[in-house]
Amino acid sequence: MTYQEKKSIVSLISTILIFVAYCLYKYPQFPEGGLDSTETFRYWGSFVLVLMLVSIIAHIVISIVFNIVFRITTGEKEPTFADELDKLIELKANRISFFVFILGFLLAMGSLVIDKPSQVMFMILIASGFLSDVTGSVTKLYHYRKGF
Amino acid sequence: MAKNLVGNHIRKLRFNHHEMTQQQLADQVGVTRQTIVALEKGNYSPSLELAFRIARAFHLPLEEVFFYEEHTEEDNK
Repeated sequence: MTYQEKKSIVSLISTILIFVAYCLYKYPQFPEGGLDSTETFRYWGSFVLVLMLVSIIAHIVISIVFNIVFRITTGEKEPTFADELDKLIELKANRISFFVFILGFLLAMGSLVIDKPSQVMFMILIASGFLSDVTGSVTKLYHYRKGF
Repeated sequence: MAKNLVGNHIRKLRFNHHEMTQQQLADQVGVTRQTIVALEKGNYSPSLELAFRIARAFHLPLEEVFFYEEHTEEDNK
């Protein structure tokens, strides 16, 4: 298995772990007030912002640790640049990822149209963000293994 | 539906060129080893620029490294 394949798998696993761990941490902090109270909106706002921040930092740390482990275990140096195949796969993964997120965004807006509580909209948005991230990693892994 | 592929003799040529490793070829042509692996497996058709760089690495004309093959569904039956 090559560096890029391993990196895609690590990225996929870390995305799932970070999201699940963060949701488990945040779930008990859900405000007691009404569903559309200011406190609830603040909760969802901070949920998204902190999740983004935590996710970025965790991905950077995991990437550094992965590179160190990769060097130690294989004795190879990780590629320092992205070549034409990497760029093509990255573009494809981004396209599918954006498509999934846009689908989620439309669903979230649809939930408001059919008078669902605003928290449903936030949940769909957050879930689509997570799913788009997972889809991107899966797409990369698929193309690195099966070709382009 | 016809599936067009650019085939190549990279693996054979590497062995004929002092058993050049995939990493050595990758370094010479400026790509990652993953791309050479994908090319040898026939999983990726390179850009024209990369194809020329690989041919130059073997000191051969393009058509002696790459060839055009056309697989149809009938071929696979």
